[in-house]
Amino acid sequence: MSALRPDLEIIANHVPEGVRVLDIGCGEGDLMAALRDAKRIDARGVELDAAQVATAMARGLSVMQGDADTDLSDYPDAAFDYAILSQTLQTTRAPDRIVEELLRIAPKAFVSFPNFAYWRVRAGLLFGGRMPVTGALPLNWYETENIHHVTIHDFRTLIRDKGIAVEKAWYLSGNRQRSAAAANLMADQAVFLLGR
Amino acid sequence: MEAMADDTSPFGAARTLTLPGPLALDGGASLAPLDFAYETYGELNEDKSNAILICHALTLDQFVASAHPLTGKPGWWTRMVGEGKPIDPARHFVICINVLGSCMGSSGPASEAEDGQPYAMRFPVITIRDMVRAQAMLLDRLGIETLAAVIGGSMGGMQVLEWAACYPERVKSAIAIATAARHSAQNIAFHEVGRQAIMADPNWHGGDYYANGDAPTKGLAVARMAAHITYLSEEGLTEKFGRRLQARDSKSFGFDADFQIESYLRHQGISFVDRFDANSYLYITRAMDYFDLAEEHGGLLANAFAGTRTRFCMISFDSDWLYPTAEARIIVRALNAAGAEVSFVELSSPFGHDAFLLDVPELNATVDGFLRAGEGA
Repeated sequence: MSALRPDLEIIANHVPEGVRVLDIGCGEGDLMAALRDAKRIDARGVELDAAQVATAMARGLSVMQGDADTDLSDYPDAAFDYAILSQTLQTTRAPDRIVEELLRIAPKAFVSFPNFAYWRVRAGLLFGGRMPVTGALPLNWYETENIHHVTIHDFRTLIRDKGIAVEKAWYLSGNRQRSAAAANLMADQAVFLLGR
Repeated sequence: MEAMADDTSPFGAARTLTLPGPLALDGGASLAPLDFAYETYGELNEDKSNAILICHALTLDQFVASAHPLTGKPGWWTRMVGEGKPIDPARHFVICINVLGSCMGSSGPASEAEDGQPYAMRFPVITIRDMVRAQAMLLDRLGIETLAAVIGGSMGGMQVLEWAACYPERVKSAIAIATAARHSAQNIAFHEVGRQAIMADPNWHGGDYYANGDAPTKGLAVARMAAHITYLSEEGLTEKFGRRLQARDSKSFGFDADFQIESYLRHQGISFVDRFDANSYLYITRAMDYFDLAEEHGGLLANAFAGTRTRFCMISFDSDWLYPTAEARIIVRALNAAGAEVSFVELSSPFGHDAFLLDVPELNATVDGFLRAGEGA
């Protein structure tokens, strides 16, 4: 198994064994395969891109082609123990509604996203005057799927306004973890474990 | 595809078996006795856990991976079934049964009734569920209790869904390809055109044509031509034929098959009548039109799968307008609501509905991965 993306590594390490998991935006199923192999977890996935769905299915994973914005309503309440939304929140049309949906489908949810307040992003805008291209935001403005850029502060505010609890949070720049206090400036991505 | 088993064995190529029945049908009638024609490939393992049932489409048959006895053409799903293929006789025990109502050896309108004459239109109208119950009856007789997988495309996919709904404890994995949980008005409309073409043929004689030697082949050919259009995509037709002329440099200003597409469709129609019975076409299209899995379960499709432990794999094709992706999504939504384990993908192919029979490498990879995951569990 090749190395997982840093945010997926954190999520994989903190999902208990044997629970029911829905991975939304699962891509080719790297996290699902890791959970299956390491934790005997029979995870289900949702992915928009047909080619990635076919690849994940060919790996023997249970994946549905679907859109986080429209298809989560198909799942019954508390159908899973954990819902996972990795690097997908910022691509959805209604991120606020999706966070609610995650916690309807499962009592706990992992959400990871690139932090738009990371200093390199700020520097790109401030000094370059251009939409930033960084490790966590690798694509040009015209080719990115990210339509709702978000900062760690923004996300904390959204979660607080919705009365959702942050059970744990991890802040990363590359593979290094950053403190919560400096996160909004120093972390290029964040992972939140949410609960009610 | 493998050495013919001895003729008394119930397993092997070109098998037939008659069961006493009766089979109570959805329409209220019952059928007895019942003839079955089927093929098996590979060997049933010791704990009988490697059986895969293949359900065939409207005009296909049990000759999945061996040559058709009338046309001599290779089996219709050799892309999927065979050595090194997703369904592999080295690993699986494969069975495909000619559906009830068809004409390749299983009971249908051309079969003899009690009075020694063909049933013709006296054959009872059947449903997809009747076909599936008949298959279950044969599998009971063959000692096959559980199926590692049931797989099929088009009408075969309808049978797959019906199998999972009727016998959830017998089906470990279900793979339904290019199919729907009910026939739409458009689906019914195309079938009705085909049936009317057959019935309008003066040789049809209310279905009593078997003794005449003159079958309603013109009507059946037109039915096939109309249906065949629905199996292809506009994109595929344009690419394959466009407006190109058939073996001529200019239009004839007559009604010959000037265009290649006309010639192709005429050929499809004419060659079809050599291998298919017109009355069977009426009965099986009727069964498909009557199919509405939700209706059989109080109007709610999710109820058809309540409490199921079957793993489902739904596959649609982006150019299939006969059973479009929207129909597959209806099924997927119901399976989710029922809490079923379901995978779903819309594959890209230029071939329209027929894609499930053609070269789509992603289809094979998907089916292979899904089957192997089920075998590992």
